[in-house]
Amino acid sequence: MIERREKLMSYLVLGPFAIVLAFPFYWMLWTSFKSDIDLYNVNDVPFKFGKGSPTLRNYAFLFHHTQYLTWVKNTVVVGAIVVLITLVLALPAGYALARLAGRWGQNLGVGIFLTYLVPPTLLFLPMSWVIAHIGLQDRLLSLIIVFPSFTVPFSTWLLMGFFKTIPAELEDAALVDGASRLRTLLYVIFPISVPGILTVVIFSFSLVLNDFVYALAFITTSNAKTISTGVSTVLIRGDVFFWQGLMAATLLPTIPLALLYNMFLNRFIAGFTGGAFR
Amino acid sequence: MVAVAQARPRSRWRDLLEERRLLAAVLIGPAVLFILALVGGPLLLSIYLSLTDATGGTLRGHWVGLDNFTNAWADPNFRRALRNTILFTVVSQAVVLVCAGLIAHALTRPVRGRWILRFLILLPWAAPVPLSTIAWKWIYDSLFSVVNWTLVHDIFPGGHALYLYKVVNWLPFPFGDIQPFNPPQWLGDQTLALAAVISVHAWRIIPFAVVIFLAGLASIPTEVEDAAKIDGAVGFRKFWYVTLPLQLPIATVAVLFGVVFTATDMTVVYILTGGGPFNSSQMLTTWAYQTGINSGNLGEGAAVSLYLLPLLLVVAVLMLRFARKVEVS
Repeated sequence: MIERREKLMSYLVLGPFAIVLAFPFYWMLWTSFKSDIDLYNVNDVPFKFGKGSPTLRNYAFLFHHTQYLTWVKNTVVVGAIVVLITLVLALPAGYALARLAGRWGQNLGVGIFLTYLVPPTLLFLPMSWVIAHIGLQDRLLSLIIVFPSFTVPFSTWLLMGFFKTIPAELEDAALVDGASRLRTLLYVIFPISVPGILTVVIFSFSLVLNDFVYALAFITTSNAKTISTGVSTVLIRGDVFFWQGLMAATLLPTIPLALLYNMFLNRFIAGFTGGAFR
Repeated sequence: MVAVAQARPRSRWRDLLEERRLLAAVLIGPAVLFILALVGGPLLLSIYLSLTDATGGTLRGHWVGLDNFTNAWADPNFRRALRNTILFTVVSQAVVLVCAGLIAHALTRPVRGRWILRFLILLPWAAPVPLSTIAWKWIYDSLFSVVNWTLVHDIFPGGHALYLYKVVNWLPFPFGDIQPFNPPQWLGDQTLALAAVISVHAWRIIPFAVVIFLAGLASIPTEVEDAAKIDGAVGFRKFWYVTLPLQLPIATVAVLFGVVFTATDMTVVYILTGGGPFNSSQMLTTWAYQTGINSGNLGEGAAVSLYLLPLLLVVAVLMLRFARKVEVS
């Protein structure tokens, strides 16, 4: 009886929240299929399709008349390389802070995390000056160099916590067997750190996706833009918003990403449990 | 440790890497150097800029001491931005905390269709913030807002007339009267614009907090769960006396991230309201951008941004301390 009541309670909580949180996406989907005449009609019910709708013209416009696919490709390339750089820098650092550095490791770890608090509005002025001076303006490389400035502090701190949860006996056994510390790290520790690594990958990638300030400041040519700035500068002209195209452009990358996040969520949670709470 | 390392015949270089401290330095070094170069350097340059009268284009100016800081403080727009930053952060995080706690707690039960519910709840997290904020701009549009349409139209046509705006007007909350022929201007009204910004922040951070809460719930040992069951603690009592206290460090971590994400963000306000109407929804980040970039007053812009930093540092350090303390006890 109690079980059933608790299940009902779950639905009563989850149902409304799911509706409210997912509603904007439902609305994006609906809007993306509407024709102009139908969209800008105050008299019709907006939840129904009217004259000229549903139509695929907005999607066709996005793919044929904008550089949408280039922007998606740019985002994926930048995201992947940034994630890679983040792992290369944060994995060893996180491990060393947790295991080798002792008491001051913890403090240094927190110190590194605190650098994440420096807001991009403070950093991007000097950074864009430097980027312009070394001639990286309008090149993806500028983003690849700058994005790790916020993914590395975050990831190092998370991984430091994560490594603390891995039992030290594992490494001790390897060390006693005569393996060097570096070998132990490479062949014993990293392979069992998959949840922690996954946490960092997902985190860093979503941080990269959410950036707007740097991409706006560094990149002005259309074919080097990432998805956020590309879509918002080409589909918004002054006061004119191409709403249907904007909605389609938002929806398309969101769905596969949400599926991906969901698939890995349990492992991600395992990584975070270690990461943030120890 | 050292003795063990030296006992084996190895090259000198390898012996060095076995030395704990040195290996630590080698492994941490690259990350620290990288952060010093990409955060430390620009930060110092910004601090220098905030003490000069540098204007757009160049990074040089005359030394003006703390003038930028006092000028910024004297500007009523700055005070408003500071107040808004705190308001947005505190209110949105309060909403996030309650909602995410409820959702995560409900998600731990193995109910049918949990996968799809979880997918829907996590959607806002997967969407790039700059783009999903544009979607919200459409939802809050002055003429075609779906929220307003739902409020002022009969939502059960044919049957009994039900107008949501009448329900809202009847509620004792200070929303003001909604008139069907002059629906609320979500982004054009000074008070409603604040509510709109807060709603978007809460919306985008709830899924993220849910994930952290789920992680926290997963870390509660099953023995605790079993002990609570034997003691007859179920439902609300269990939640209040068992789950909630154990959740405290997790909640702190979730709020810490939420605070950082909200207070340092400029995308949501920049896109949703542009700080308007009449600078009523500016935050420190957007006001810094407005002053430093749009008005070309680099020094003062940097000063505005710098007001945010100590505030955040204090909050973060306190929360990290608290999280650890709760956990130890």
